[in-house]
Amino acid sequence: MMLGNCATSSSLSTTSDEDIVNNNLTALVVDDSPMIRKLHDMHLKKFGLKVQVAENGKNAIDLFRCGASFNLILMDKEMPIMDGAEATRELRTMGVTSMIVGVTSLDSIFDRQAFMEAGLDHCFTKPLTTENINFLLQELNKNNEEN
Amino acid sequence: MEVGQMQRRLVDYTKTLFMEGFLDAQFLQLQQLQDESNPDFVVEVVSLFFDDSEKLLNDLSMALDQPNVDFKKVDAHVHQLKGSSSSIGAQRVKNACIAFRNFCEEQNIDATLRCLQQVKHEYYLVKNKLETLLRLEQQIVAAGGSIPATEMGF
Repeated sequence: MMLGNCATSSSLSTTSDEDIVNNNLTALVVDDSPMIRKLHDMHLKKFGLKVQVAENGKNAIDLFRCGASFNLILMDKEMPIMDGAEATRELRTMGVTSMIVGVTSLDSIFDRQAFMEAGLDHCFTKPLTTENINFLLQELNKNNEEN
Repeated sequence: MEVGQMQRRLVDYTKTLFMEGFLDAQFLQLQQLQDESNPDFVVEVVSLFFDDSEKLLNDLSMALDQPNVDFKKVDAHVHQLKGSSSSIGAQRVKNACIAFRNFCEEQNIDATLRCLQQVKHEYYLVKNKLETLLRLEQQIVAAGGSIPATEMGF
């Protein structure tokens, strides 16, 4: 089976209280821009997460089909081959319960709503900020405590 | 020039870029992601931004040069450039993209051609500024100094 270009990033934990809470958390960054992948990858690693990247929706799906799982998926909307909405719908159909968060430049409420309806838990406008990530990690840690 | 002088020059230059609107707070977030284990992070991200942008500007030029302009395609390219410029903190490029997208909606060919020139202009300006900033940083590091953190209290 073709996996496509999925780069594996090694984790760099800096020691802090946040990391002790966060470094059992894994994330997948799905975006067709190498710059955005690098940015979001580093941003999440700074918070202690283990991060992998995928360059479009289809590569993300393939990772899951090969048995990978992630606590958090950051999903871009506009990507070639398979866009973020289609990938999100497919992942939910496959039974994936990870937190899926749209990160998009789309600024029309209508477009964002349509993306949310594909099965997102949250949707942020680019650029992703430290505040956004703090919020997501709080939500993830809350979910982990409830389980 | 001694390290202290170079550091002051860098701080002043960076402040100017913020005050003139070339860069916004997102660039600060980018700088804060760099550390000793990733000392070239900002340079690497900025280089990727240059590659991304130049490809998009070429694609835009080609798309607007067609006999029947596909405004949906043009809009998609501008949308992507808006996303990457906002993610790196290139504020004036981002704002030029926002204006560009409004004219794409109107399918106004003359206005979109002017917008393309404006976006290109802003891009080459910020490219030049960023290259200067990164060169100043490299000189400080080469002289054995550390890069002072940018503070927004001005």
